[in-house]
Amino acid sequence: MELITSILAIALRAGTSLVYATIGETYTERAGILNLGLEGIMLMGAVCSFATAYYTGSIVLAILVALAVGAAMAAIHAFLTITMRANQVVSGLSITLFGSGFASFLGQRLGPESNNHRLVGLVGPRLKPENLPWLSDIPVLGALFEQDILTYALYVLIPLAWFYLYKTRNGLNLRAIGEDPQTADAMGVDVFKAKFLYTIAGGALVALGGAQLSLSYTPGWSENITGGRGWIVIALVIFSMWNPARAIWGALLFGGINAIQFRLQASGTTIPAGFLNMLPYLTTILVLVAMTFWESLSKRIGAPAALGNAYMREEK
Amino acid sequence: MFAGSGSGGAARRPRPASFGKVRIAVMKDREGHAPTGGTTEAARAACAPEEAPGGRLVEMRGIRKSFPGVQASDGVDLRLDRGEVLALLGENGAGKSTLMNILVGLYRADAGEILVRGERASIGSPRDASALGIGMVHQNFMLVDTMTVAENVVLGIRDLPFVPDMAAAKREILRLSECYNLKVDPDAYIWQLSVGEQQRVEILKLLYRKAEILVLDEPTAVLTPAESEELNAVVKRMKGEGKAAVFITHKMEEVMSFSDRVMVLRKGKVVAEKATSDTDPKDLARLMVGREILFRVEKGPFKPGAKVLELRGVSAIDERGLPALRGLDLELRSGEILGIAGVAGNGQRELAEVVTGLRPVTAGSISINCVDTTGKSPLEIIKSGVAHIPQDRNQVGAVGDMSVASNLAMKGYRARPLSAGAILLPGKMRELAKRLIDLFKIATPSPETRIKFLSGGNIQKAILAREIGACTSLLVAVYPSRGLDIGATESVRKELVAERDRGLAVLLVSEDIEELISVADTVAVLFEGRVMGLFPAAEADPEKIGALMAGMRERGEETTP
Repeated sequence: MELITSILAIALRAGTSLVYATIGETYTERAGILNLGLEGIMLMGAVCSFATAYYTGSIVLAILVALAVGAAMAAIHAFLTITMRANQVVSGLSITLFGSGFASFLGQRLGPESNNHRLVGLVGPRLKPENLPWLSDIPVLGALFEQDILTYALYVLIPLAWFYLYKTRNGLNLRAIGEDPQTADAMGVDVFKAKFLYTIAGGALVALGGAQLSLSYTPGWSENITGGRGWIVIALVIFSMWNPARAIWGALLFGGINAIQFRLQASGTTIPAGFLNMLPYLTTILVLVAMTFWESLSKRIGAPAALGNAYMREEK
Repeated sequence: MFAGSGSGGAARRPRPASFGKVRIAVMKDREGHAPTGGTTEAARAACAPEEAPGGRLVEMRGIRKSFPGVQASDGVDLRLDRGEVLALLGENGAGKSTLMNILVGLYRADAGEILVRGERASIGSPRDASALGIGMVHQNFMLVDTMTVAENVVLGIRDLPFVPDMAAAKREILRLSECYNLKVDPDAYIWQLSVGEQQRVEILKLLYRKAEILVLDEPTAVLTPAESEELNAVVKRMKGEGKAAVFITHKMEEVMSFSDRVMVLRKGKVVAEKATSDTDPKDLARLMVGREILFRVEKGPFKPGAKVLELRGVSAIDERGLPALRGLDLELRSGEILGIAGVAGNGQRELAEVVTGLRPVTAGSISINCVDTTGKSPLEIIKSGVAHIPQDRNQVGAVGDMSVASNLAMKGYRARPLSAGAILLPGKMRELAKRLIDLFKIATPSPETRIKFLSGGNIQKAILAREIGACTSLLVAVYPSRGLDIGATESVRKELVAERDRGLAVLLVSEDIEELISVADTVAVLFEGRVMGLFPAAEADPEKIGALMAGMRERGEETTP
C-alpha cells in the first residue's frame, strides 16, 4: 500500500511535465501543425525559468518567462510552416536543434561569476509539495493531493482543455481545421489565425512542461535535463489519440515507469542502470506499435487528417 | 473520466435502418409538393413559406480572374433575381466554378464588381459571403468526416455562442429537415452517411444559416435519379420563399428540369443567355461545345465470344465489415460490355475491387479466362490481362505529383521496352507518352507536366490510355465518365466501344442510365450486393432500371404516385 502510494506520487510528479507538453502539442496538432521542436522548447523553458527564479526568487515570474519563451519559439515554427509553408518536420527538427544548443549555451553563460558563469550545480527557489488537508490522508489516492501547485493546476487544466476542444465553438473550429482546413475555411473559420494561435499557445504549454522539470521535478539546471521527454511527448499525443483528457494516462504510465525504475535502482537491484534508463524509451516504441495497430483497426479516430500539410486557399 | 467523448470510438454506431425507406417515400413525391406524411401541424406552420418579394439579389459585373496560364473568367456579367434558378452551363474548365468561388469569397477576382441586393459588396472570404446570405454546396462536399451532422451544420456560424447549445441546434436541424423533407440524423457522423445524405447535410447547412443565395456546384453528379428529384423539390420550395439559386452543371437535362434561365460559358466568357423555356438540349449542347454533338454511340453488332469473366456466389464485405456483395453470379464474354447499374453503395465498387484483386472475397470464386483468380494478388491479375479504370481517378488512378509520362508508364514499367532489369528507360517512357498523348488527344502542355494540373477529363483520358494499352482481355471501368464534360464523355464511351469491337470484355460500372443503355450490351442491376435484374441493353428502359435500382422487382408496385 505504502509502496503503491509512493509510486503514484512520484509518477504524478514525473508525469506532470509530460502532461503539459502533451496537451500543448495536442492543441498544436489539432490545428494541423506538427511541432517536432518540443525537445528544444522544453529545454529552453527549463533553462530560462530556472535562471529567472534564481535571480529574482520569483517562481511566478519564472513560469511567465517559460510561457513567453515557449510562445516565441513556437511562433518561429508557426511563421515558417504557416506563412512560409515550409516543411513542418524540417522546421520542427531545426527548432529542436536550435533550442537544445541555445539552452546549453545559456546554461554556460547565465550563471553568476562565482560559478564560472554556469547555471549547473546552483540551487535556486523550487516548488515544494503541499499536502492538502484531509484529501492527502485518503489511502493510495492521497498521493494525488501531496503535490505542488503545477500538478494541482493540471486537475483544472485537463478538464478545461477537454471541454474547450469538444464543447466550445473554438474547439469545434479547431477540430475542423486539423481535419479538413478547406472545409473549415469555406465555412468561415479563420484557418490561418487559428493555426498561429494554437501553435503558439501549444508551444507555451510545452515550455511550461520544461519549466516544471527545473523548478520542481529535478530542481536546478543540468545539461539535457529533459532527457528526451520532448520526443516521448510526440508518442504520448498519439497514445492519447489527440484527446487532452487521455493525456494523463500516458503521462502516468511513463511517470510510473520512471518511478519504478528509481525504486529499483535505489533498492540495489542487479539489473544494470543503463537498462532501466532505457525502459521509458522502449515503452515509447511499444506504445507506438500498439497504437498504430489499434488505429488500423478503428480507422476513424486517428491523427487529424490534415496534420502536417500546409494549407493554401487557391491551391489545386 | 472524460475519455470516450468527442470524436472517440465509443460514440460510433450504425446508421438507423429506417434510412433505407426514405428514398422510396421521396420517390412518391415527384410533383415536388411539400411532404405531408409524418409532418405535425406545428411543424408545418413553422415552415410555412414566407412572402416572396421580387427584385435583384446579385449582380456581378465584368468579373475577371486568371490562373497561371489560364484566363478562367474573362469579363463575365451575371444577374440573379429573387425566386429564380439560374443554370450555369459549360464544359469542364469553362470557368463556372471559378466564377462561383469568387461569389462565395473563396477566390478574389482580379477585376470587376459584385452587387448584392443593390449594394456594392466586397466579399473577401466565405465568412463575408455567409453574412450576405450567400452559401455554396461544393462539388466535393465541405464536410468534416469525423464530426457529426449537427457539428458540421453549426461549424463556422458567425454568432455561435462560445459554448454552443447543441441540443437546440439538433432541434432546429430536425425542424428544417422536416420542412424541406431532407431526412438526416443530426447525431450521425458524416463518414457514416451515403453521398445523397451528405448532400442533404450540405443543404441543411445553408438553410440553417438562412442563406438566400444558393450556389450548387454540379449537385446531381453523385445523386441517384430519385435523389435528384428530391433536390429539385427542395430548390423549388426555396424559390417559392423568394430565395434564388445558381446551378452549375454540364448536363442539359438538368438545365431543362431545374432552371428558369440559363447562361452558357465557354473559356471564361458568356456565349449565350436564355430563358430555359426558349431553348432545348440540342441547342444548349451546341452552344456549350461550339459544335454538333452525337448523343448516340455508334457500335458494331453484338458478337460475344469466349467466356472471360465468371463469378460464382461471390460475397465480400466493405470497410465497415458489413456485407457488400451477397452471393453474386455474373458472366462476361469477350466482345461484350456488361453494364452494372445501381445506386452508389450497393456493391458496385466492391465488385470492381474483387475482380481486380484489390478486395478479398469471403465466399465464392472468380475465374478469368477459365483460370481461378480467387485470392490472387492485383499484380497477378494484371498479368492475366485485366485493366482497371478506378472510381477515384485522382487517388487510385493517377499520382498527381508525377508527370503525365510517368503516369502513363505506370503499368508497363516492369518490363521491356520501358525498363531493362531494374533500370527505367526515360527515353522510352517519353516516347510511349508522346504516342499515347497523340492517340488519345490528351491535352497537356508536355509529357513532363505534373498530371494534377490537367483537367479531370484529360486525367481520365490518360488513365484510359494507360489501361487500354495494358489490357489484353478484361477492362474494368468504374464510373469512367463521372465528372467529365460532353466532349470527353463522348470520347471515353467511343473508346470503350472500340475496345469491345476489338474483342475485349468490358465490365462497365456506371450511374448514368443513358450511358448504360447506349454503351452496354447487357445490363445488370445491383441492389444491396445482389443482382436484381439482368437483361440485354436493347430491352432496357430507364424506368425499369430505375425501379430495380431502388430495389423494386415488379414495375408499378411501389413507384406509382
